[in-house]
Amino acid sequence: MSVGILIAIVLGLAIAGFFLGRRRAIAKAGGDSRRLHSLPGYYGQSVALFASVPALILMAAWLFVQPILIDDKVAELIPDSAIADGGSRGLVLSDVRRIADGIDLLVVQDLLNEADLQNMRADFTNVRSRLGEVGVALGANVSPSVFEAAKAYRDAQRTGATLMSVFVLALAAAMFAFSLLRIKPDLRARNISESFVLSLLIGSSLVAILTTVGIVGSLVFETIHFFQMYPASEFFFSTTWNPQFRGGSELGILPLLWGTLYVSFVALVASVPIGLMIAIYLSEYASKTLRSLAKPAIEVLAGIPTIVYGLFALITVGPFIRDWIAEPTGLGSSSSSVLTAGLVMGIMLIPFVSSLSDDIINAVPQSMRDGAYGLGATRSETIRQVILPAALPGVVGAILLAASRAIGETMIVVLGAGAAARLGLNPFEAMTTVTVKIVSQLTGDTEFASPETLVAFALGLTLFVFTLGLNVLALYIVRKYREQYE
Amino acid sequence: MYDNPLMKRDAVTKEVKISARGCQVFYGDTHAIKDVDVDIEDKTVTAFIGPSGCGKSTFLRCLNRMNDTIDICRVEGTITLDGEDIYDPKVDPVQLRAKVGMVFQKPNPFPKSIYDNVAYGPKIHGMARTRAELDEIVERALRRGALWDEVKDRLDAPGTGLSGGQQQRLCIARAVATEPEVLLMDEPCSALDPIATAQVEELIDELREQYSVVIVTHSMQQAARVSQKTAFFHLGNLVEFGETGQIFTNPHDPRTESYITGRIG
Repeated sequence: MSVGILIAIVLGLAIAGFFLGRRRAIAKAGGDSRRLHSLPGYYGQSVALFASVPALILMAAWLFVQPILIDDKVAELIPDSAIADGGSRGLVLSDVRRIADGIDLLVVQDLLNEADLQNMRADFTNVRSRLGEVGVALGANVSPSVFEAAKAYRDAQRTGATLMSVFVLALAAAMFAFSLLRIKPDLRARNISESFVLSLLIGSSLVAILTTVGIVGSLVFETIHFFQMYPASEFFFSTTWNPQFRGGSELGILPLLWGTLYVSFVALVASVPIGLMIAIYLSEYASKTLRSLAKPAIEVLAGIPTIVYGLFALITVGPFIRDWIAEPTGLGSSSSSVLTAGLVMGIMLIPFVSSLSDDIINAVPQSMRDGAYGLGATRSETIRQVILPAALPGVVGAILLAASRAIGETMIVVLGAGAAARLGLNPFEAMTTVTVKIVSQLTGDTEFASPETLVAFALGLTLFVFTLGLNVLALYIVRKYREQYE
Repeated sequence: MYDNPLMKRDAVTKEVKISARGCQVFYGDTHAIKDVDVDIEDKTVTAFIGPSGCGKSTFLRCLNRMNDTIDICRVEGTITLDGEDIYDPKVDPVQLRAKVGMVFQKPNPFPKSIYDNVAYGPKIHGMARTRAELDEIVERALRRGALWDEVKDRLDAPGTGLSGGQQQRLCIARAVATEPEVLLMDEPCSALDPIATAQVEELIDELREQYSVVIVTHSMQQAARVSQKTAFFHLGNLVEFGETGQIFTNPHDPRTESYITGRIG
């Protein structure tokens, strides 16, 4: 039974449970719903929730755990001889999975029946060509042991799927019956669905938190791997970034970190003053109608995909800066430069700064403005000396959030600043950032378990720690600011 | 002639400081102030009383053009300060507000130090040439605000860290630091406890020696205690304006009598 059908059955059960539960509740109360503890709908809701949610959770957990268990079991079936030189058990295992999927396709398209499959042996039949018929291409001929493993894999999967269907349906039915039978007029169905909803909400937030933990965990794990192959002191303090495909790379983070900070700095220098002035204009000077039009218009900038900004940098800004500024002054001749990427990223960041700062400036109580105006201050004096100081912590928070966005930006830098890792001060030269190098190290053809690839995780973790620190700082500042006025 | 001590107040007519004639205020389509004529005297405390929403605060805010900061607000008629029309296009509202200071209902110290709060007005108006002069102005203002003794050792502490009554006195000190000629107070004691209220009222009485003070209040006892002149507003109209003693003991208008005896409002 496929997952889709299973879900449909469980949901159908839930819907039926809703109506049955409601009717049963009314019947138990002798047709008078006022004698019930809760509204009849709550009894129906409690049945629907109990019938569906535990079963669906069980199914999700099963789908998550089953492949891990099956992989473990099948991996034992693969003899060491089946693993090619330089390959790994994981590669053979993915072959096994592809073969198993191919057999499924053959069976579905009636090109093979189950009995033939049991008799089929890799040493007599050309499995590769049979699978080719249904579009599953394999790199090499299939060895008997791998084919047997594939058959075992397929069997295990089918057993697993059947067991899952049985258990999920059994659970759904049991919970359905349990929650339906316990309905009586003084059952507190309203409170039950309330606490059910509460646990659902907690569960959802747990998913987000666990995902973060998982992401960090995988980063940390691979980073540890990397540092076992490459000395940490070299990584953090070497000033050369020179990855080689054949090993012997120099993987110093400093040029990349410098590029990241330089580009982000240029971006902030471009975006913060403009963004702040926009925020001040919108919150203090603009009329309501203008504000309601201008604010969304500026926020459109935040909605433009970064790749489009990248194209803008590559085609328009880069050549412009090269032809009109860099070459006449003799400072550089490259169209990709720190300045290009920084300026374009600055444009992207304007709405981040302006929108957040606008909200923060608006949150400064009107009484502050009244106080200053009442003393005979002009608008700009009020803004500079009273409102901005009052809003400053929040504005700093906004700027830090924009900064962490700038540090994590990739596309604009790839297209705008180039890919040359360099430690330098000239903003008209090409440089590169941590994110760009993560992409290029992971998308290369190098082997996964080499330091050249794994360095991406160390870079990612460093970046993560950086932006996390900035975000924590920003949140801390914003929170401190909030305490002042609430 | 009068057996009420209120009536023995000094009621000598003084020079008129602010004079309003035919003043109308509109908020969009709402007619908030209807044809108000009033003369506010120098070195006198004038109280505006009346039920909520009667327009007394609105009228107060007309006197230093604070209503200019509200887009939909429109003022008609003439209001003069020392004979000059304050709504004349030539008048700079910013200069006007330096002459007509204001204290608000809720204490609103800036999130700065106590010193900077008081020094703010003198600084923007360039009243002090040296730091010593500024120190002197700040001290004088804080003394006049009856706050000096409480804060002289912690002038660098944030103004928002003071108690409610202290904050309001800080705001008064901040307003008098710019040496205004008129001080407008919009329910200055409504957020304060009785002790802080008594301190502020005492202060208002002292301020009368130098300034013309206009106070909006919901408390009729307060109006009777601190003011020499009282104006009663009702539904946007100035119903009655006269000596405080006369308003509270012998009101001419039946609406005033109903209000002060607690039958309306």
